Amino acid sequence: MYEGVVQDLIDELGRLPGVGPKSAQRLAFHLLQADAADVERLTAAITEVKAKVRFCEICGNVAEGQTCRICNDPRRDGSAICVVEEPKDVVAVERTREFRGRYHVLGGAISPLDGIGPDSLRFTELMSRLASGEVREVIIATDPNLEGEATAAYLARLLRSFEDVKVTRLASGLPVGGDLEYADEVTLGRAFEGRKTLT
Amino acid sequence: MVGMPLYRDEAIVLRTHKLGEADRIVTVLSRNRGKLRVVGKGVRRTKSRFGARLEPAMRVDLQCYEGRSLDTVTQAETIDPWGDAIARDYDLYTAGSAMLETADRLTEEHEPATQHYLLLAGALRSLAQRDHDPGVLLDAYLTRALAIAGWAPSFHDCAMCGAEGPHRAFHIPSGGVVCSSCRLPGAAAPHPDVLRHLAALLTGDWAIADATQPRHCREAAGLVAAYLQWHLERGVRSLRLVDRTGTAG
Ligand SMILES: [Zn+2]
Ligand SMILES: [Zn+2]
Repeated sequence: MYEGVVQDLIDELGRLPGVGPKSAQRLAFHLLQADAADVERLTAAITEVKAKVRFCEICGNVAEGQTCRICNDPRRDGSAICVVEEPKDVVAVERTREFRGRYHVLGGAISPLDGIGPDSLRFTELMSRLASGEVREVIIATDPNLEGEATAAYLARLLRSFEDVKVTRLASGLPVGGDLEYADEVTLGRAFEGRKTLT
Repeated sequence: MVGMPLYRDEAIVLRTHKLGEADRIVTVLSRNRGKLRVVGKGVRRTKSRFGARLEPAMRVDLQCYEGRSLDTVTQAETIDPWGDAIARDYDLYTAGSAMLETADRLTEEHEPATQHYLLLAGALRSLAQRDHDPGVLLDAYLTRALAIAGWAPSFHDCAMCGAEGPHRAFHIPSGGVVCSSCRLPGAAAPHPDVLRHLAALLTGDWAIADATQPRHCREAAGLVAAYLQWHLERGVRSLRLVDRTGTAG
């Protein structure tokens, strides 16, 4: 344990995802030795992102205004919605350049063990978007793991009432158990092309 | 890795946590060594060999080497991919999650729990095959898991004095049904078919359990959940998501 403020910094850094106690300590001492100007830029960026960036009111993606860049872009195809778990998955799908439609970010996957049920995710918002009648296809791109598959199964059941909406799921090539964000562009692009209809 | 003690065991994956950039901490219930927390290195990356095998509700043949704090997986071969079938059906997923969470709560790390392991394996197999209604399978699992933990509820003879049943009153703190002289205030009075259903779940009498009316299955599910909450200080979170409206007899 270190003196007051240093330990506070280590504790705060240690709460970040993927940062263990050892990495937190390493980061803290890096910041202690860094130039004051560098540290100020970092704190300013953090403060600014919290002040300016919100979640898009339509799709749940990160946005600098009320709606995100993709929802604002009139060239995007409004008849297809790709459903993902997190904003970082939007970035992963965008990298493939396979998809010209819009997104819907659920905010996670259904995980009973973590107390995350359908009510904690943005399913209701998706239903209202579909009620407009413009959407023809929903592509479910949740992670290819147990929670992601179960979330896809739940969503497919929910979408059965929209008879004229085609519901597809990203297909072959995606590693089961993996995170979507780690799939390379080629693999993810292929999974998009080969998406299969859910019944 | 040279010189590191290796071991091999059959195990069911209970849950996983992300660790660092691409690893996972995997909690498993093994046949011979009880509950273990092991590290799956790189399993979240695209080219991982074991990613799919170290998902919840999968039964694997696991090989690990012992580390200072956590053991590390060196090999994992699928024995039964129950998680695949369970993930494809939301009702199976919620029931299966409640089973996995209960198994996690009722076992301790490094304390052999072979009976719990065998019970969970049987329950997940039946669930993946949809042998019975998912909700009823879950209640059968929970009742028997409580019995293995030493908290077998009594559904026939009086839980307090042993007086031969059937009795009408059910009182959770007393341990099940109670006779009229042992009955305390606050005891429930479930329908006789509810108690018959619960007794059938405990003994595995599926001819009776499958024929129980849905409303009696639901009442029984409520009693099982309350009994489980009573014995585990924190409730089982996953139970909240199990949809009982569809429970068919
Ligand atoms: Zn948006
Ligand atoms: Zn008595």
